[in-house]
This record gives sequence, structure tokens and C-alpha cells, in this order.
Amino acid sequence: MVNENLVKDVVKEPYKYGFVTDIETEKIAKGLNEDIIRLISQKKEEPQYLLDFRLKAFKKWQKMKEPDWAGLGYKQIDYQDIVYYSAPKQKEKISSLDEVDPKLLETFDKLGIPLTEQKKLTNVAVDAVFDSVSIATTFREELAEHGVIFCSISEAVKNHSDLIEKYLGTVVPASDNYFAALNSAVFSDGSFVYIPKGVSCPMDLSSYFRINSGDSGQFERTLIIAEESSSVSYLEGCTAPMFDTNTLHAAVVELIALDDASIKYSTVQNWYAGDEEGIGGIFNFVTKRGKCLGKRSKISWSQVETGSAITWKYPSCLLLGEESVGEFYSVALTNNLQQADTGTKMIHIGPKTKSTIVSKGISAGNSINSYRGLVKMGSKAKGSRNYSQCDSMLIGDQASANTFPYIKSQQPNSEIEHEASTCRISEDQLFYLQSRGIEFEEAVSMMVSGFCRDVFNQLPMEFAAEADKLLALKLEGSVG
Amino acid sequence: MQSQMKESEPILEVENLSASTDNLPILKGVSLTVYPGEIHAIMGRNGCGKSTLSKIIAGHPSYKITNGDIKFLGENINSLDPEERAQSGIFLGFQYPIEIPGVSNLEFLRVSTNARRKFLNKEELDTFDFEELVKEKLEIVKMDHAFLSRSVNQGFSGGEKKRNEILQMALLEPKIAILDETDSGLDIDALRIVASGIKKISNAQTGIILITHYQRLLDEIEPNYVHVMSDGQIIKTGESDLALELEKKGYEWTDNFIKEI
Repeated sequence: MVNENLVKDVVKEPYKYGFVTDIETEKIAKGLNEDIIRLISQKKEEPQYLLDFRLKAFKKWQKMKEPDWAGLGYKQIDYQDIVYYSAPKQKEKISSLDEVDPKLLETFDKLGIPLTEQKKLTNVAVDAVFDSVSIATTFREELAEHGVIFCSISEAVKNHSDLIEKYLGTVVPASDNYFAALNSAVFSDGSFVYIPKGVSCPMDLSSYFRINSGDSGQFERTLIIAEESSSVSYLEGCTAPMFDTNTLHAAVVELIALDDASIKYSTVQNWYAGDEEGIGGIFNFVTKRGKCLGKRSKISWSQVETGSAITWKYPSCLLLGEESVGEFYSVALTNNLQQADTGTKMIHIGPKTKSTIVSKGISAGNSINSYRGLVKMGSKAKGSRNYSQCDSMLIGDQASANTFPYIKSQQPNSEIEHEASTCRISEDQLFYLQSRGIEFEEAVSMMVSGFCRDVFNQLPMEFAAEADKLLALKLEGSVG
Repeated sequence: MQSQMKESEPILEVENLSASTDNLPILKGVSLTVYPGEIHAIMGRNGCGKSTLSKIIAGHPSYKITNGDIKFLGENINSLDPEERAQSGIFLGFQYPIEIPGVSNLEFLRVSTNARRKFLNKEELDTFDFEELVKEKLEIVKMDHAFLSRSVNQGFSGGEKKRNEILQMALLEPKIAILDETDSGLDIDALRIVASGIKKISNAQTGIILITHYQRLLDEIEPNYVHVMSDGQIIKTGESDLALELEKKGYEWTDNFIKEI
């Protein structure tokens, strides 16, 4: 049949970002113990408080058990078989981009993230992270004129230590969960953003995370602080080469919004997902949380999750400030043998807080795609409201979709609304569109885009187009 | 019979067509030729293969042609994708139009119209120009503009779905339209609107195949030929009075026919 041939053609479509950069790296020995942690901290020339933070987290982690409640099936991770620090060898101090290894610049060029002065994206400032280190951040001077700090977290530790000490671990405590504790012990690099009072960040900020090394884990840490009446839109992209082993990615992201501040955090996650037989791919165990500390503050998460062998991720909002707002817009697409367990937690603590959850899961192939979310109304959350909508789309007859909404309310004067639906792209729907002259690929992508529209509308312009394309590419031929 | 029409080339030639789905034979040697300006009606019991014939002509992937040919404007189209057939001017009006949640009817109609226009080397229409065109075509089926902003067929009543099909036909301006039970589920008023729509769209250059159970559509649109199908074959062909006779005597009457070759 026509469609089946298309399926084959398209499944063969290689993962575009699967190349490896051949570069000399500085790696520490495999394994995890106190000495390794001291070594990482020493390499990064960290102050004592940060080393203490790491060691404390490590002690907690040792006492914790890897969570299994998501029911994900994967080979047990040997935490002693992972390299916890891997960095491309570079000159000691780099004063400008010209001194960055051309191979690294070329790598990011190939990923569509040019960093050099001549070619860099004009409307977005980029922090490029390669394995364990940040290699470049663009537009730093321009941003500094507005008082905006955008740099790697390692640099922030050196130059803005007061802010790090004040905020690190305040949203996601080291003891929060197994992977957060691991990250707190061994985190290497990530981005730091500080938007001063009253400033609305003049351009979008973006971090691009690249895993290059096959046996290293990536443990990035991102911290974003938006002072009173400030605002920022932050974008995050991720890719990795194709290896037949699994690579662990355990990140922590913390957001803090003070009075009237707003943070919009958008992710397009396209880590290598493994092959059709489920060999290889990234294990993506991520803790992302935002704290709406101030009155009328707002944190909005939007994510398009298409990669990784396993995704375990629940970007959440703690709504403390009166009338603060939390949002979660998610598209998660799984194909072949991918597993995704993703959703959010909206914890309403302050009065008149508001949250919106829109989750769209698309499962194709033999994949499993679950939404898992918690909406909690605390006893002081009087007059608070939540609206949740969780829709699943099944493609083919081997994929599965689950929805696990958890609702807890201790406040009678609050409202929680939950809607859920499941649909399937059927051969009849495709034939209908095709019989009107619409090409097969376009038909699939029209239906998927239509399904995801509510979420795509929330993405920054350039991301929305990319997301649309990415989904179409990932799905082409998955209907037979 | 109507010899002057046949001086032109046929639009559609179905030649001794056999087809199956899941190894189950559904069509067992169907032949049918449609010339420009002709209206053919195909009648027959449920399960006789009428709908299958229409789907196979449109290229539905669930059916396999085991023997015979389908020619459109003289070219064999057996192996063409459904979208290629549609672009070149074959239109299938669905018995049960499919709902497509999330996809706006307007956008669907525009993409589809442009696919056909592209094939015809006509300029593709932007949103504004398309709005103009679609407004004019909405008149034909007396549909409200509000239908355009809804998802394709979603939540449409049976009659609204059928009118949406005819709207698509009006926009695509096909060379041949196969209308599969377009009359089913319509009340008298809706039937009149749909029938007059079909008549407005068709002309001396187009062909129409009406698949129907009922005389009432054929009262509105008089066919040149009526074919009776049974068990995957056309067992009798006649003129419009055959339908009337069928209406009077029922399909049992046709059970006695021997296949006419």
C-alpha cells in the first residue's frame, strides 16, 4: 500500500543532529563519590558554600531510592559507570569568541545556532552548553546595558555569588527527589539569568544544550530570577548524537518571579530518542520548577517534547504570591519505543491564584505517553482557580496514552476544572484529506498541528514554526 | 443513444475492474464509461460494492485492484495516490464525511483548493482571495459563513456535512464527481439545495456518478444512465426509467437478471 512505503521512507529519515564532534576532551574518571564531587567543585573553583551544598546533596542522594512510580521500563542505571565531568579542551581563559575552538563553533553552526559575531542570531541571545561546560554566550554587553545578567552558571558563581547563594536550591531543594539530589551534587553548567527590577528583557534569551560525549551524563542547572515588575522570555533547545548506549540527562531548572514579574520558559527538547528497536537514546530525568513568590507574578512553561528514550519531567509552579499565575502548555510526542511521563504540578498556596494546564500527548509506534499532573489548593488559596485540559492522540494501534490527574483541595472556595479526551488519527481521516488533493505528509501534519494548536499558540514565533516542522518530521510515515 | 456526446473522449473508463480488501473480493469485473456531460446513477443493495467502487476510483488504500483498469482522461490511474487523483480532477463526495478535529474548515478548503489550482497551473490563493472565492461558493449550498471557522465536519449535522461536501466540489471544480449517497440523511429542503448545487456545478465538460438508493434524488437530477449493482457486478444498465421501475419493484426484481455483458 502507498502509505506503508511512505512509512518506510520516512522512518529511515535520519536524526538530523546525530553527529559527533571529534574534539579533545578533558574527562574525569567514571564513578561517583565524594572525591569526584570535590574534584568537580575544584575544577570550577567554587566557593566553600557551594561545595558544602554539593556534598550535602550527595549524602541525601545516597540515602534515596530511584523513583519507580512512573512505571517506566528501562535498564537499571549504573551510576558508577558515568563520567560526571567532560569538557572540550580549551585555552585556560577565553577572552573572546575568536578563541573558542572552531570545531565547537562549527558544531553549533551545524545545529543551526551560529555563535560568531558575523553570523549570530540577531533577535536572540544564546548561551551554548557543550557537555559539561558553557562555551559561549552572545549579546552579553548589550544585555548588560539593561542590567540583565545572562551567563553560564559557573560564571555566575564567580561573579554574582551573592545571588547564587541566596537563590540556588530555594525552589528545588537538594532533597526534592532522587534526580534533583543527584544534580545538586554533580551539576556542571547551565544558564543563569537575572532581570533587574522594572526591566523587560530587550530580547529573548536562549540556551542550547548539546551532549556530545557518549559516556558522560549531562547535569545542567539553570537559575532564572525576575525582580519586581520585570519580564523575560527564555528558550531552551537540546540535541545529542546517536549512540547505542543510553546517556543520562538530569537537569534542574529553578525560576523565581517577584511582584508583578513574568517569566516565560519555552523548551523544544529533541534529544536523541534511540532507534526503532529502542536501542540508545537519552534518559531525560528533569526537575523544573518555578516559584511565583511575588504578588501578581506569572510563570508560564511551554514545552515541545519530541526526543529522548525516556522523558520524566514535570515543570511546575508554586503559586505563593496573591493573584499569581501559573501556566503549563505541553506537546509531548513519542514514536517507536519512546516513553514519556510528563505533566506539571500547580501548587496553589496564595489566595486568588490561577493556573492553566493544556497538555497534548501524541503517541505513535509502540510508544507510551502519559500525562501526570497534580493540582493542589492549599488551605489559604481562597478564590483560586485551575483549568486543566489533557488530550491524547493515538497514531496507529500499538501506541498507548495515559492520563493521571491528581487533585487535592483543602480550600472549599476554589475551583478546579479538568477535561480530557483521546482521539486517533485514522486511515479514514487521512484518506479524506488526501482525496481532497492534500499530500499525505501535509495531511498528517495538518491534523497534528490542529491538535496542538492551543499549545503552539503559546510558543514564541520562531519556536512555533520549528516545533510544527519538527513534529511533522518525527511523524512522517508513522501512520500506515 | 446520445451519440453526439460520445464523439468526445471519455472522462472515466472502468474496465473489467476486480478488487478486494483483506483478500475478500468485493468487485468482480465492473465496467463503466463516463463521457463529458453525462450523469450516471448506480443503485443496488447495501453491500453490493457501490461504495467500494467509488472509493477505489478515488484511490482508497484499503482496497487492492486484482484485475482490470481505471482510466481517467485516457490515462491509467491504478497506481496513483489519492491526492494525485484529486488534484487531477476526481472528486469523491463521501457517504459519511469524516470529522477532523482541530483543523479549521476554512484552512482545509483553502489548502485543498490550492492543491487543485496548482495542478491546473492556476495561481494559488492567499487567505483574502480565498475568502472571496469561498463566499461566492457558499451561496451555492446556502451555507452560513460560520461553518468555515469550525473544525472540518466536527459537530456538523448530517445535512451540514453533505452540504460541506458539495461546497468542496464547487471549489475543486472536478472533471468527474462521484457522489456516494449524498442524499442520505437529508430532509426534503436540504436535498433540493444539494441537488441544485450539484446541477449548478456540473456542465457539459464534467461527468457525475450518483450512488443512491432512492428515486427522490433522481427526481431532482435526471441521470442519462442507471446501473444496478449486485454482488460486485453491474447486472443491468438502462436509462432513467430503470430507476423508476426499480423503485416500484424493489431489488428483488433484479435478483433474476443475468449479468449483461
